[in-house]
Amino acid sequence: MMASIQKNPDRLDFEPKKFNMWIFIFTSFMFFAALTSGFIVYSGGKGHGLNVIMPSAFMYSTAVIILSSGTLFLAQRAVKRSQIGAQQLYLWLTFALGVAFFVIQVYAWSVLTYKMNVYLTDPNASRSFLYIFTGSHLLHIIAAILLLLSTLWGTYRKVPQARNLYKMQMTSIFWHFLGIIWIYLYVFLLLNQN
Amino acid sequence: MSTVAVHDHGVAHHDEHGHEHHHNETFVSKYIFSMDHKMIGKQFLITGITMAVIAMILSILFRIQLAYPDKTFPLLTTLLGHFAPNGRISTEFYLSLVTIHGTIMVFFVLTAGLSGTFANLLIPLQIGARDMASPFMNMLSYWFFFLASVVMLSSFFVQSGPASGGWTIYPPLSALPKAMPGSGEGMTLWLISMVLFVASSLMGGINYVSTILNMRTKGMDLWKMPLTIWALFLTAVLGILAFPVLVAGVVLLIFDRSFGTSFYLSDIVLNGVQQPYEGGSPILFQHLFWFLGHPEVYIVIMPAMGISSEIMSVNSRKPIFGYHAMVYSLIGITVLSFIVWGHHMFVTGMNPFLGGVFMITTLIIAVPSAVKTFNWLATLWRGNIRFTPAMLFAIGMVSFFISGGLTGIFLGNAALDINLHDTYFVVAHFHLVMGSAAIFGMLAGVYHWFPKMFGRLMDEKLGYLHFWLTFIGAYLVFFPMHFMGLDGVPRRYYAFTEFASMQKWLTINTFITWAAIMAALAQVAFLYNFVVSIFAGKKTTQNPWESNTLEWTTPVEHLHGNWPGEIPTVYRWPYDYSKPGAEEDFIPQTVPFSQTMSSNLPHDFEDNPAGLAELNRFKSTLKAEEKVK
Ligand code: HEM
Ligand SMILES: [Cu+2]
Repeated sequence: MMASIQKNPDRLDFEPKKFNMWIFIFTSFMFFAALTSGFIVYSGGKGHGLNVIMPSAFMYSTAVIILSSGTLFLAQRAVKRSQIGAQQLYLWLTFALGVAFFVIQVYAWSVLTYKMNVYLTDPNASRSFLYIFTGSHLLHIIAAILLLLSTLWGTYRKVPQARNLYKMQMTSIFWHFLGIIWIYLYVFLLLNQN
Repeated sequence: MSTVAVHDHGVAHHDEHGHEHHHNETFVSKYIFSMDHKMIGKQFLITGITMAVIAMILSILFRIQLAYPDKTFPLLTTLLGHFAPNGRISTEFYLSLVTIHGTIMVFFVLTAGLSGTFANLLIPLQIGARDMASPFMNMLSYWFFFLASVVMLSSFFVQSGPASGGWTIYPPLSALPKAMPGSGEGMTLWLISMVLFVASSLMGGINYVSTILNMRTKGMDLWKMPLTIWALFLTAVLGILAFPVLVAGVVLLIFDRSFGTSFYLSDIVLNGVQQPYEGGSPILFQHLFWFLGHPEVYIVIMPAMGISSEIMSVNSRKPIFGYHAMVYSLIGITVLSFIVWGHHMFVTGMNPFLGGVFMITTLIIAVPSAVKTFNWLATLWRGNIRFTPAMLFAIGMVSFFISGGLTGIFLGNAALDINLHDTYFVVAHFHLVMGSAAIFGMLAGVYHWFPKMFGRLMDEKLGYLHFWLTFIGAYLVFFPMHFMGLDGVPRRYYAFTEFASMQKWLTINTFITWAAIMAALAQVAFLYNFVVSIFAGKKTTQNPWESNTLEWTTPVEHLHGNWPGEIPTVYRWPYDYSKPGAEEDFIPQTVPFSQTMSSNLPHDFEDNPAGLAELNRFKSTLKAEEKVK
């Protein structure tokens, strides 16, 4: 007996996996929501405000991460038009901006610690939260950069177009989400700076 | 579109990349790093059972201490070494035992063991899919769970012993490594293990949700899904929303322990020395913990509810009573379970107004719970009940859910809880409603789907023995605890001999311990039955319980890809049992209405006018024929 089943690998294999990514984003969102709620419970209950004017580095990192979303968007458009060269160029740009974001965040920590005397181990834990927010976000950024590199690597190995597109979509979902989370955290911090 | 051939030995060419075909499974790829959902389900089950046995032995150890606080048992020293010097379990180790017992039972057995087993086994089989959305992630989910189990157990081998702050690991005790032996390395291992565990749960849960939403077979719309699938789906959703919050709480705890922050710490004096921590709030941890913790108890019970609903319908040979109400009550529980966590914190100095709010939400959650209970009872009512072991365990689950749920209503009253909080009353409540009910649901599932997992049947006689001893044992163990709690006996105390007011309960403690030993021995009947039946049980037929759901349309021999040919199409809901006019007392989901004209009802064609017209034509010809006669 030979039975045949119709199978379209793109749809069957990739759609649910993309959906997985969306759900993962949800879990990650819950994590940050929990941290910020923790902040509210803490600072509200104890009357410990943050009392930190956000270093201007955060403004630059915000600009950089928004820009990186732009370049990633261009990369994805290039894939849809099957322009591998342009895709690689924009991916490299995105990668560079991602690394720049990382560096600026770490720089912001050093400003906080050495210039502003805001410590991770501050007796006022609202200030420790500042490091936890940015630190957990940076961990996600590392993961996103790795994902980006793996997509990039795929373009050099000339994976089939469908798979390339799928990996691009996965990377984009995650990357744009991290941009949004950063903006959420930044606005949250700005609103609570005193 | 490409066409993939499926041979009759059934190895579907169906893998991640679509171009690497491996026919020859090796031992490693089949039994160890398997990506087949059925094998992963079995891995979860066997690991879960192993963990359950370990946690049960731990409970017997601390029960011995409670029953005989003055006696010495040299054997304990031989077994446990410095944890039980001079034949008695040490005070610290007693707390470790309670802590690890609770942690393993709640997370490793009733979360991973229960959801992991049945979600993996049943989701693809009952919705008609060849495997999970991401088999690779599914495999990782198991191995993270395995690693978490190993790390948790390894804490018995560090000098200072396992974590001992209770399964809720409240700071400041758990945040200060020097506070007690169990807050040292044991606590660190506990935290590592839990992070791995959460990673495993999330990977599993993401897969379950995605698979259910994306990979149902033709005709399987949401309202044709069996209640097991609904329950497992909503359980996974709960986990996805709640576990990240626990991680957030744990991350802050790790920083407090190891990096000198003071999220949870304030005004601490340790061994007479004032500590530098300032301004932290231990209550913050309780909020974060219970925001997970309460949904977690429903993560534990909902799969058991789904499994029992399914089994009770099959074995009553009746449709489940109120299918839609069952689904809506599951949804109601899911939503409400996120806004009741404060009932664990009534006595933390919470604003009484806030306490009132949590009290109201808590009492409201009793409504969907009661809806489910009444529906189960109504399903049994006048059924052609087949008392298989699975059925008995499902009924037992309902019994425990009722008797434990009632005490929840007492505890949910902020005023009553002042007296009852942290007493044995709480212990009685959650061991009945969560511990016993969920374990019974899990065991029901094991007896029911054993033929699907292993192709053989379990022995019924041993099943009955197991059921009655466990059922009676559990009530004998936990029921007296209500009265101890009402009398104000606190939980987690090492020896009742130290307190005059508690001494009168010593005899009850001895009684409970012997009941627990009996119930524990009853599990030997199960373990024996389980292991022997895997290898020597009676061979099963394809559909041993005459059930409607899709998993029984797959061949007894396991195939990678589940169905040798096309995946069957679904035409009807899963509960057409004893339908008037039908030839048999069950109609599988794969039978189209056109083949069952004599049993169709107008109600079967709610949004199918053509079908309804067809039915009316059929009925009028029947009437016409009768007139002719
Ligand atoms: C009828 C609905 C229920 C109500 C109103 C209810 C209410 C409560 C309340 C108020 C407490 C806190 C008692 C205290 O610490 O002072 C509690 C504890 C607990 N409940 Fe329930 N409950 C219900 C159902 C359940 C279910 C279905 C489960 C699990 C499947 C469950 C598991 C637990 C656990 C594990 C604890 C104790 C946690 C601990 O302190 O270690 N409850 N319940
Ligand atoms: Cu609760």
